Amino acid sequence: MYDLATAALDTAKIRGAAYADVRVMHLRQRDLTTKNGQVGTLAQAESIGLGIRVLANGAWGFASTDRLTRDGVTACAAEAVSIAKASALAKRDDVVMAPEEAYVDSWQSPFRKDPFEIPLETQLALLLAADGEMRRVKGVTLTETDMQFRKIDSWFASSIGSRIHQSKVITGCGIVATSFQGDEIQKRSYPNSFGGQHALQGYELVESLDLLKHAPVIAEEAVALHSAAQCPQKTGTLILGGSQLGLQIHESVGHPIELDRVLGQEANFAGTSFLTLDKLNTLRYASDIVNVVADARLEHGQGLGTFAYDDEGVPAQCTDIIKAGQFRGYLSNRETAHLVGLKRSSGTMRTESWNRLPIIRMTNVSLLPGTWSFDDLLADTDDGILMETNRSWSIDDRRYQFQFSTEIGWEIKGGKRGKMLKNPSYSGITTEFWNSCDAICNREHWTLWGTPNCGKGQPMQTMGTGHGASPSRFRNVRIGAAFSKQ
Amino acid sequence: MSAIRKSKGSIPDEQLMAEGELRRIVDTVLRLAKSIGVAETEVHVDETISALTRFANNGIHQNVAEHTLNVSVRTQVDQRTARATTNRTDEDSLRAAIEASLSLAHSQPKNPNLLPMPGKQRYRGVSRFIKQTATLTPEDRARAVRRACDLAVKKGQTAAGIFSSAQTQTAMGNSRGLVAAYRDTHAVFSITMQEGSAASWAKENAANVSDINPQRLAERASDKAHRATDAQELVPGRYTVILEPAAVLDLVGFLFYDFAATALRDKRSCFNERMGKQVFGKNISIVDDVYHPLQFGAPFDGEGMPRQEVLLVDRGVPKNLVYSRASAKAAKQKPTGHGFMLPNEYGEAPMNLVFSGGKFSLEEMIGSTERGLLVTRLWYIREVDAYEKIMTGMTRDGLFLVEKGRVGPAVRNFRFNQSILEMLRNVEMMGPAVRATGEEAFEMVVPAMKVRDFHFSEVTKF
Repeated sequence: MYDLATAALDTAKIRGAAYADVRVMHLRQRDLTTKNGQVGTLAQAESIGLGIRVLANGAWGFASTDRLTRDGVTACAAEAVSIAKASALAKRDDVVMAPEEAYVDSWQSPFRKDPFEIPLETQLALLLAADGEMRRVKGVTLTETDMQFRKIDSWFASSIGSRIHQSKVITGCGIVATSFQGDEIQKRSYPNSFGGQHALQGYELVESLDLLKHAPVIAEEAVALHSAAQCPQKTGTLILGGSQLGLQIHESVGHPIELDRVLGQEANFAGTSFLTLDKLNTLRYASDIVNVVADARLEHGQGLGTFAYDDEGVPAQCTDIIKAGQFRGYLSNRETAHLVGLKRSSGTMRTESWNRLPIIRMTNVSLLPGTWSFDDLLADTDDGILMETNRSWSIDDRRYQFQFSTEIGWEIKGGKRGKMLKNPSYSGITTEFWNSCDAICNREHWTLWGTPNCGKGQPMQTMGTGHGASPSRFRNVRIGAAFSKQ
Repeated sequence: MSAIRKSKGSIPDEQLMAEGELRRIVDTVLRLAKSIGVAETEVHVDETISALTRFANNGIHQNVAEHTLNVSVRTQVDQRTARATTNRTDEDSLRAAIEASLSLAHSQPKNPNLLPMPGKQRYRGVSRFIKQTATLTPEDRARAVRRACDLAVKKGQTAAGIFSSAQTQTAMGNSRGLVAAYRDTHAVFSITMQEGSAASWAKENAANVSDINPQRLAERASDKAHRATDAQELVPGRYTVILEPAAVLDLVGFLFYDFAATALRDKRSCFNERMGKQVFGKNISIVDDVYHPLQFGAPFDGEGMPRQEVLLVDRGVPKNLVYSRASAKAAKQKPTGHGFMLPNEYGEAPMNLVFSGGKFSLEEMIGSTERGLLVTRLWYIREVDAYEKIMTGMTRDGLFLVEKGRVGPAVRNFRFNQSILEMLRNVEMMGPAVRATGEEAFEMVVPAMKVRDFHFSEVTKF
């Protein structure tokens, strides 16, 4: 693969590129789903190709090809240079990148069981058994299960001399029970909604989830929600479960710290950010107990944002984002790092596939564990609402005002879990919300959640991101606005 | 006169393969599958050549091109089916894809409801491949972007956006003699103009790039961005709104899957228990029509069935659903040509919605409004309640107060929590249906709408 990459780099240089990097990628994916006791999707896909990014006349060009021959990749490199020269017709300033070393390395993500080696019959039998457990519950009207496995091999080469091979195995799995009754559709998912849990792991992730134990529980909850009380509308105390807090971090911390958004590069589509450059080291983002990092290193965990090098050849790093409540850092690449005067990229350039340009993406943006046990947190809460498992999420294009709803809630009264609540929702302003955090559960309750479906960029790219979180408590939160009538 | 100035002698090297070449790949797969005894085989070959120029801060910052070709093989044996896809077209890779599909298929229990593949079909012709779009060059796009950015600089504003062009084709066939092919082109220009903390936006797409006038869109966004400065804060509540077509599109776009027969069967459609009832106002009629001159898409579905025009909503009453072959058989109906590629759990969906619209101009809607809000577009829309179809989201890029029939000052953006069912009961006026494009839904033909009692629940800081 490096021969092809080198041929592309050589062509780019001859055609006038001052810098070039190449990614040859081989992606394999398997998708299994069931619905109402029958197999739904059963498919696998494979794709291999090369993408080259070049800097010529001070501007960027990118082209990709699936013709992996010497002629194919040299033509692709020549096209990328032509595109860069066209970009220069409407450039603002010459692109300059923060310095970076050259690396020659090879890395394999750790896994215990290769999901592509587990018999399909075994995988389908587990999904159909979980599906059956859910359908056994009276009142359930729709059952769905899914597994997704990916293997991604990438060979990165750059004109500064890097040659990096990375191989990743990714697994995802989840189950859902839905109940239609009267004028309501209620749903419960395990271990998370929108595809379940996803991680940089092998089949051991599926085995750790114990689907058969949880299937009847969520099915019964889906049916019970019909007779649960409506979540009240009020301002009060909110406890968020870990997976919901993971998405809260994704939307209200992860996206606003992307430096391309901050610098206006995403203004037309994803939006900008309230975290303008003057906020760095001056904004009290959150309360004193809140510490958030962007950590792509393996020691943080096997998340969807874990790797050894980003797709610009920069080593994985841990960056402080919020430290003791203060805003401390952005997600950057080599270009934006230079633009804002950083010495080095924070290593967050990632691409969906060989035919997409790497862009700044979240890695594992995680809330570090606090000190509370979950039981103590409940016991310490006199009057509040516990919300779990996301149902909807929305935030404005500068990442100030958000609203989330969850599948299920529980009233907390006098330190104890009380009655079930349906249609829970909460909303607020990002910094007000994070400054109201007064308790974070400890590492025992901390999970590195995977968000497999983060969309960004034009053309759109879908990327997996990781978000470590444990249940946490927030005060004076607006609750229930999603169902208000006035 | 063409809105895009074409460069001479700068035709891109990349062009789609001849249809015959795609057909040869289909035939090769069918031959290989037959040689190893596969009972039934279906092949899709999809090719895309696309390029996208992205600009921000008044200059190009990303500029990309891609050429992809995927071969997707579905085998069916003994009441079992599965799919495997590859982007390699040599015989070894195609054979490997067939074998992978077979291996997947054999791993599952029999599905007694699985239908044999359909035989040869007849299709209505549609012509949506425009050479001028297919030959747009990076220099053509850069020059149009340069003019838009120059306007921004002249006005003291900052421009960001995209200018893209694409050509795609698909060929499919199966072992029962079905053969289908389609190709089209697609161009998009989208621009956001920022002035201080204010912003506005304009976007168009078309099969023919000459139907897009980037500079006119830049001027529209620039003018609205200027008027959007100094936004005042209003109290959340229920307002009469005038929704421009992009705002209508991104909301009603969330209705499409509810018209799938499979969604009703699974009891996850908002039309469960509501078919044949007066769900919307009598001024709302919706058809699904791939042949409409403002629509895009192939005249056949994922199984190769011809797409039919379907009247979904007649004067406010949901009348008909769309069907794949399987859902049609289960419901004792005829397939409408809306099925997804098999195997899948979702069945089918209408992908070419066309609203009937009305006769009023945007100016007439504004002129008739004592107090309301003019909405340019909506953003980050998500479903809060699946049965009442309550959606949440934000206004974005230009929200203006309308008072005594005139557009007044800009207003800070609101969050809405609004049932689409209720909204389509409260439509007071509509414009002619146009091909709209937003960011949340696929393109449809929808009108601007004046809607009473639209529910805004909270306000943001800009």
